[in-house]
Amino acid sequence: MSAAQEQQRTPILEVEDLRKWFPVGNALLPRNRRQVKALDGVSFSIRRGEILGLVGESGSGKTTIGRTVLRLVPPTSGRIRFDGQDITHLSRRELRPLRKRMQLVFQDPFASLNPRMTVERIVSTPLLIHGMEGGAAARRAKVEEALRLVGLLPHHAARYPHELSGGQRQRVGIARALITRPEFLVADEPVSALDVSIQAQVVNLLVELKELLGLTILFIAHDLAVVGHISDRIAVMYLGRLVEIAETRELFLNPRHPYTEALFSAAPIPDPEVRRSRIILAGDIPSPLDPPSGCPFRTRCRYALPACAQDVPPLREVAPGHLAACIRDDIQLRSSVTET
Amino acid sequence: MSAPPVLEVENLAVRFRAEGGEVAAVSDVSFSVRRGETLAVVGESGSGKSVTSLALMRLLPKPPACHISGEARLAGQDGRMLDLLRLPETEMRAVRGNRIAMIFQEPMTSLNPVKTIGRQITEAIRLHRPMSRAAAEEEAVRLLDLVGIPAPRQRLTSYPHHLSGGMRQRVMIAIALSCEPAVLIADEPTTALDVTIQAQILDLLRRLQQMSGMAVIFITHNLGVVAEIADRVLVMYAGRVVEQADVRPLFARPLMPYTTGLLRSVPRLDLAGRRAGALPAIPGNVPDPRHPPTGCAFHPRCEHFQPGRCDAAAPALEQVGDGRTVRCLRWREISLETAA
Repeated sequence: MSAAQEQQRTPILEVEDLRKWFPVGNALLPRNRRQVKALDGVSFSIRRGEILGLVGESGSGKTTIGRTVLRLVPPTSGRIRFDGQDITHLSRRELRPLRKRMQLVFQDPFASLNPRMTVERIVSTPLLIHGMEGGAAARRAKVEEALRLVGLLPHHAARYPHELSGGQRQRVGIARALITRPEFLVADEPVSALDVSIQAQVVNLLVELKELLGLTILFIAHDLAVVGHISDRIAVMYLGRLVEIAETRELFLNPRHPYTEALFSAAPIPDPEVRRSRIILAGDIPSPLDPPSGCPFRTRCRYALPACAQDVPPLREVAPGHLAACIRDDIQLRSSVTET
Repeated sequence: MSAPPVLEVENLAVRFRAEGGEVAAVSDVSFSVRRGETLAVVGESGSGKSVTSLALMRLLPKPPACHISGEARLAGQDGRMLDLLRLPETEMRAVRGNRIAMIFQEPMTSLNPVKTIGRQITEAIRLHRPMSRAAAEEEAVRLLDLVGIPAPRQRLTSYPHHLSGGMRQRVMIAIALSCEPAVLIADEPTTALDVTIQAQILDLLRRLQQMSGMAVIFITHNLGVVAEIADRVLVMYAGRVVEQADVRPLFARPLMPYTTGLLRSVPRLDLAGRRAGALPAIPGNVPDPRHPPTGCAFHPRCEHFQPGRCDAAAPALEQVGDGRTVRCLRWREISLETAA
């Protein structure tokens, strides 16, 4: 294995048994205080240069993962390692130099840009924060370079967000994230607020930038077709836990967790000739305040056994590089795609 | 399929007064729906799909803020056709929510947060069907049960915030169905919901439609959902209908380049993880309705654009056989080119 390959293999981010509990209830009556377990023992790692897709329904903890690994919210327990360095307990000051190496792209290009700033100021703010400006001319050159990277023109620098379309605004958000030349990007639903014809443009842009800049991306989304297109591997979350993680193709062909099977079968396919018998899950995702005992999915699982209520099933390797948290090894789950 | 239409729309146009003139939000929209049929209206932001439905419900502002022209005929209870756009407001009140009902994207904001579920449903029932409070309550329990809400009697005293998004959308559907409408307009009813919940709601709408024979106008931008539920599809772009066809021929052989582009730009689930290369995105942006392009509104983004033709005259909606219509000067040539 060459040094370059070795570099490729090393994880840029390692997350171990991460927990993030949010206290809710009356602070003055401790007995009424409860914990929302937004993340409850999540472990995974991301290899340098890969796109890891993170899917799950609302309340599953996707966004909390993104924010916690960037240390935007402090974890309750567990360990986060970025490029080999333990960043779980770093202070704000110690995090500063790392911040420019990891950035976030937000979902809503309307709410995440300050309406009173020009594009130039928005995009150059990270430079200011990290003391990377180096004079007006250098700053302008860096802004133009970042805009060019995301397919915008130099004259866009003088515009205000309201003068831009949704797709252009999202490009500005990406330019802002890239201007410090980060290695790691968390993209939290970066295309879900965009029109269908614009989504493809932004998805293509992210893939191009990843290749060009050697980025590693944690791509959080609920649209399975988009995640399936862009990701090297996909992690599936349910109720604060990771229930399955595998290479994209493998996950679509051989899902090993009943939730993955149901989730994929629920995704509508844009082809009226395809008539699948879909698995319709009963009920809603349970409240994270009061999660079921044992396997979090057992209340909606059509394969649940009494034993599923006993212990939380651990995430274990069911095939090379394929991890699933289900005790039912005896079932054959349905693939939502056919090998062509 | 030869049942008479329950709703016929002809040359509907909606113009809004805006700074420095008028904005044509919808122009020359014509369609009809039959009993038991599902018509999907597909389009991106600014395509006029929501304005069309609000115009039919007579929920748009009055002149001079907004001008509506054209005709919309709805089959009344007695079989007489009602002219929706010219009905006096007092008579419209007896029709809206009764013969033609609507559900919206946001089940959080379309329910009143300070009234119980029971009160909101019984109010809707008693508005159109004279009955005692107790009888209306029984009817509400029946409707909640029909839309699959567990423990419906207990739910009457719940407030909207007690319910999940999917449950709230079920309540909205129960209210919309309380008077057995001839036409249900569903404006992005599953867009705010998770995919497994979306699958439940689509399944529910399909079952209810089979039971009642109502016509459904389903407004969405999600082509997967269209393929799943539609009998016929209306594609809108920049306020105009650009193509109309039965769902299968539309997906198999789209005629308008915009439809083709839209279908191609959606990543295919069956190719997930295949590294299929860049998505064939439609370049450019959705046009600003204040400054529509000359000629065909899609020409600046169209790969088949011919200078001097497509930007000169706005193409008319052309009948092309099999009940299909298309708005493109070049559709014949393009079909030949792509077939060759």
